[in-house]
Amino acid sequence: MTIKPIFDETRCDGCGLCVTVCRCGALEMQNDKVRIIEVAHCGWCMDCELVCTTGALQCPFEIVTLDT
Amino acid sequence: MTITAESLGKLKYFAGMEPGQLSNIPRLFTEKAFVKGQTIVAEDDVNEQVHFVSSGVVKIFKTSSEGKEQIIKLARPGESFNDIPVFNPGTCPYSVQALGDAVIYRIDRKDLLPLMKSNWTVTANALAAVAEQSRLLLQLVEDLSFKNVMGRVAKILLQHSMPGPEGAPRLTQYEMAAMAGTAREVVGRSLKALEDSGAIRLEGHRMIIVNKEYLKQLAGLT
Repeated sequence: MTIKPIFDETRCDGCGLCVTVCRCGALEMQNDKVRIIEVAHCGWCMDCELVCTTGALQCPFEIVTLDT
Repeated sequence: MTITAESLGKLKYFAGMEPGQLSNIPRLFTEKAFVKGQTIVAEDDVNEQVHFVSSGVVKIFKTSSEGKEQIIKLARPGESFNDIPVFNPGTCPYSVQALGDAVIYRIDRKDLLPLMKSNWTVTANALAAVAEQSRLLLQLVEDLSFKNVMGRVAKILLQHSMPGPEGAPRLTQYEMAAMAGTAREVVGRSLKALEDSGAIRLEGHRMIIVNKEYLKQLAGLT
């Protein structure tokens, strides 16, 4: 299963800051909204989440332990 | 791109001013584009220009002698930086780097001060901007000095971890912040500290708990 950042289009105000900070070209603007285009390349740096003032983009972690 | 009265009206220093009031001001500014990762101001630089983010996002940070980075804030369009050495002559106390491609407007102290003298709105806006930065710094001091967020974050990680990826819950830093009763930035700093200490390891979207006992200790569960 491909894991990708969570994107809530209703919260996106189209400022485009996430696209400018994305290091791997995973985001683009389309009709004044953000679109995730290259999920496989997402390095999970969380810069998009950091600059998003509306909480439209979020990068959740799976929390796993090494031992049982 | 050209600096216009309209584009200056979006800067915090000129909030509430009509384009007509700003028509003679663009000539006082210079504009420069920076690419992702480029340094705009380096700590200890002598630079007497207030800088404004016109587009993009910049990172304001300090670096320790060991190379450890402490983000003070991210400045977004309209916000200023390097105000401190303009109003209190000396070196810049922080570094600023473009987080993505960014366009920065700059005005010299020698041009800004007469503008403030002749226009109370600009003066009041500048004071408000600098006071806002002071408030943010005090919040940072409080977070770093008094809050034992690390222990709370450690407890959250232990409570929400699973032995393998199957069925592991997915938590955002916002959710962790809401659980810990703090800001997302504080959670980010705590996770970075836990990673530096070797207690956790970040592998893409997966957060692996490497040293459960240490986390228990931090969380006060031992």
